[in-house]
Amino acid sequence: MSGMAARLTVFCGALIVAFASEKMIAQEITSFADRPDLSPDKVQSGFNFLTAETQQLQTDSFANPGYLWVDKGQRLFTDSKEGKSCQFCHDANSEGSLIGAATRYPLVDSATNALVNLEERINLCRTRHQQLPEFIYESDELLSLTAYVANLSQGMPFDVVVDGDAEPFFNQGREYFFQRKGQLNLACSQCHDDSWGKMLRGDRISQGHSNAFPGYRLEWQTFGSLHRRIRDCDVGVRAEPYQLGADIYKSLELYLSWRAADLHIESPGVRR
Amino acid sequence: MSTIRIAAPTIANKGEVIELKAMIQHEMETGYRRDRFGKEITRDILKYFECFYNGESVFKAEFFAAIAANPFLSFFTTATESGTLEFRWIDQNGVASSQSVELEVS
Ligand code: HEC
Ligand code: HEC
Repeated sequence: MSGMAARLTVFCGALIVAFASEKMIAQEITSFADRPDLSPDKVQSGFNFLTAETQQLQTDSFANPGYLWVDKGQRLFTDSKEGKSCQFCHDANSEGSLIGAATRYPLVDSATNALVNLEERINLCRTRHQQLPEFIYESDELLSLTAYVANLSQGMPFDVVVDGDAEPFFNQGREYFFQRKGQLNLACSQCHDDSWGKMLRGDRISQGHSNAFPGYRLEWQTFGSLHRRIRDCDVGVRAEPYQLGADIYKSLELYLSWRAADLHIESPGVRR
Repeated sequence: MSTIRIAAPTIANKGEVIELKAMIQHEMETGYRRDRFGKEITRDILKYFECFYNGESVFKAEFFAAIAANPFLSFFTTATESGTLEFRWIDQNGVASSQSVELEVS
């Protein structure tokens, strides 16, 4: 982890120069018409920025190591050792089917008026419907169950609600995306809106979409959540990262799901 | 229990060369890394892999610290008779994980 932080730090050092003469932060973007360089015909998955070898690793459903977590998630989903299994209420052939569920997250939970992401939604079922304790964020169990549920929506586009109760969360997430931060004083947008396609040391900067996650990163040598990926970017600009599952990251996640509209969920994606 | 994924045909013709693929969830912690407090992270790796076809060894591999996490192996054998293919990993402490699949040869 610290090795990685150091590495990101070095490459961001070089980046400051590149950005010194950059334009001011882009105007806040509220509709696709306001973002010509990210209009639906220009939106590209991070998959398109990978090497052919990494792409192949993702698309080969045996070689893709993310399926180890999907498989484990399926095992947990059907496990009834501690009472009713998830499957009991969510059989794919029943009304409770979770096919397509991941496309709608994060969303506002009507019972609490809080924004919940898929990980939290799963934990809510643990506490509300199974009378079992929550799983810790980024625990192997929660990652596996999330991988399984997200995979049930593979190939489907995001379809999140950003108005009504969700609007304040959406606005907060969007604000974070455009806010400069960290010692390097960079906003997400400066890399992922303004600079996609350019090289950042060994990496080609993508549009920073969330559709591969939870996913497998070769750098991690393991599977991880979107929040872990976002933390890496925050650490990369030497900002103090938030906790996994933090409210601000959930709001950001909502903005990212909206911003990735039209892209298909790839989870389990494979990324460098 | 580690998650294991096996890809092997369930039927084959006698004499056919078949591809077998095996992946296991494992951190393969090298023992060379340090945590953020500077403390060494203890090595934790798988040492051996072996595939048995009706009890007979048809492929084996030895792992070292430089093997990536969640190792993935792909290899070939000749289908000779119906029976069991057993895939077996042994870690540095001698603890084994294994999974078997059935193959029908005609
Ligand atoms: C200094 C430039 C930089 C900044 C600032 C930055 N990122 Fe990234 N980000 C990267 C690089 C490099 C990668 C890895 C290559 C890629 O996929 O773009 C990445 C990857 C990502 C990915 C994964 C994309 C994929 O398809 O795998 C997401 C999501 C992401 N960033 C979100 C963010 C968010 C949210 C912020 C603001 C909190 C942010 N990034 C800030 C450089 C940056
Ligand atoms: C006793 C029945 C029951 C069990 C067991 C159960 N759930 Fe649920 N689940 C529900 C109900 C009911 C909802 C609808 C929201 C609510 O009322 O809480 C729901 C909603 C969900 C949703 C959101 C669906 C959507 O379309 O928004 C997900 C994801 C989910 N459950 C996953 C799980 C997982 C994973 C498990 C096992 C850890 C599980 N559930 C166990 C009853 C159950």
